[in-house]
Amino acid sequence: MAKNIVEFRNLKTYFYTEEGVVKAVNDVSFSIREGETVCVVGESGCGKSVTALSLMRLIQSPPGKIEGGEIIFDGRDVLKLSEAEMRKIRGNEIGMIFQEPMTSLNPVLTIGEQLMEPLMVHKFMSKKEAWNKAIELIKQVGIPRAEQIMTSYPHELSGGMRQRIMIAIALSCDPKLLIADEPTTALDVTIQAQILDLLRKIKQERNMALMLITHDLGIVAEMADYVVVMYAGKVIEEAPVRELFKNPKHPYTRGLLKAKPIIGKRQDKLYTIPGQVPNPIGLGNYCYFSDRCEYAMDICRQKIPQLTADENGHKVACWLYEGEWKK
Amino acid sequence: MTQFIIRRLLQSIPTLIGASIVIFLIFALAPGDYVTRQLENPKMTEERAAQLRALYGLDKPLPERYVSWATGLLKGDLGDSLMFRKPVVQVINDFIWNSFILGVAIMFFEWLIASIVGIYSAIRQYSVFDTIATLLVFILYSLPSFFLGLVMLKIFAVDHRWFPLGGMITTGSNYTGWAYIVDVAKHMVLPVATLTLISVGGLSRYFRANMLEVIKQDYIRTARAKGLKERTVIFKHALRNALLPLITLFTLELPSLFAGAMITERIYNWPGIGKVVLEAIYVRDYPLFLGYTMLITVLTILANILADVLYGVADPRVRLK
Repeated sequence: MAKNIVEFRNLKTYFYTEEGVVKAVNDVSFSIREGETVCVVGESGCGKSVTALSLMRLIQSPPGKIEGGEIIFDGRDVLKLSEAEMRKIRGNEIGMIFQEPMTSLNPVLTIGEQLMEPLMVHKFMSKKEAWNKAIELIKQVGIPRAEQIMTSYPHELSGGMRQRIMIAIALSCDPKLLIADEPTTALDVTIQAQILDLLRKIKQERNMALMLITHDLGIVAEMADYVVVMYAGKVIEEAPVRELFKNPKHPYTRGLLKAKPIIGKRQDKLYTIPGQVPNPIGLGNYCYFSDRCEYAMDICRQKIPQLTADENGHKVACWLYEGEWKK
Repeated sequence: MTQFIIRRLLQSIPTLIGASIVIFLIFALAPGDYVTRQLENPKMTEERAAQLRALYGLDKPLPERYVSWATGLLKGDLGDSLMFRKPVVQVINDFIWNSFILGVAIMFFEWLIASIVGIYSAIRQYSVFDTIATLLVFILYSLPSFFLGLVMLKIFAVDHRWFPLGGMITTGSNYTGWAYIVDVAKHMVLPVATLTLISVGGLSRYFRANMLEVIKQDYIRTARAKGLKERTVIFKHALRNALLPLITLFTLELPSLFAGAMITERIYNWPGIGKVVLEAIYVRDYPLFLGYTMLITVLTILANILADVLYGVADPRVRLK
């Protein structure tokens, strides 16, 4: 088995708001192996992006703060690194692309300038070398007329092209890990497919690990090797992709899979999980999904279930399965 | 680009005509004229007053007076100042450059201090520096110029005698060359300090607000995620975007370089256009005041065009094809 490139160990990232403390990431542990695609799934506000931003140490402080845990990246705990050491990781060993390609590029700098920057900072290239490398990168992400793109400004490019440029920037220094935070959410469906194909191709070519944050189970099925399901700041289930789709355990995961439209099957109304995500402020010591869960038992409202693995390595945090391995 | 500028210049002609009518009417319809003021003189008779009015053309109907003033305007002749008994153009030319050097110095320090305070406040939001700067800025912002001006005069010119009481050059001095420049600079310190302190407040808030707005943007997060130094993130990625709205502010402030500062120039007895125009209002020297107001109007319109052009140069999204 390949070794871990990233390991989140009991990560806790809290936001101190006026209303109270939001435990955006609450004791999260999982790992990503070299060359593996891990999808982090969950609905808005469940802590997927904050987990990724904690790894990059880009949590805005205040109000956010990483309160505990470790993030081991390539043998180092990034939470203990100095800001200067951290800068050598950002954009160099870990590349990151964001949800909004329309606003993620600086409107007053040319594409070339923005692409060359990390090359000159991390790889100490001269302007000329960086220029040539940038053109090569633009070609790699499948944009024609690279020379012309170099001198263009972001507003002259379409959304899909901008996301390709973001990918080119993230890849420029050959990172060991690429974090893609909902890279296709803001794009239309055909462009989504192209961007996903591009990510998959590049990943294979470079044998780079990919942490893909999404709420689209279709993307998960297509891209993932391993899936981590998050709910209200906690990991509630994780498993290899086939196992998860074949044998979902947590009632929330089951609900998500049930809520997916199926091609060829016409439905007037899709299944929805009843209720809403709990208010993230001041959650107590109980299963956060218990209010919406059709299998909820007394213990679910009294104690928080721990993530436990079965014999196949399928991990779930749910009292329903707690008895099974005690037998 | 040239085409754009020409079009904008042509478009401003109707604006100017409209402005000239409004400006003329406001002054012509206001009660009293240059002669009324002199009726306070006991030797002045009604007969003599009527003669004077005929001499200055004040007895003619309004439209006729406007047309004769406006035709003069087209030829670049603003009429004669009643108070100085010299052409208005010449009076303005005599005094406006004194105000201009004051204005340039104020603008330089205002923008220098406001940018440093504003940017630093923004990147250290809610820090001790930010809190103190915000408090000071609001105190200065709310001080009237006549009050701050007199306080500075009392402290630095009367009590401590570090700087001269007023004027532009030491009375009776005959300095030339470098000594002259130093003398004028000494006289400039207090008026420049007063006006800079008062204006720096508002501008630094603009800098702070724009910077805070920009720092929150996604592309700043992208810049950080690329592993750039914080200095590069702030000064290359954030500042350029934060400065865009300030271009308009800067350009629209340019006419004020020529406008003078009526109150402050009077307090420090600075021979600038503001002080002269204030006197012109007291004695109802309308040709001078009209000429001055028209000049500022033209400069404001030109500044607007310049703002549009500069904005296009700085922001690629509005760059003209």
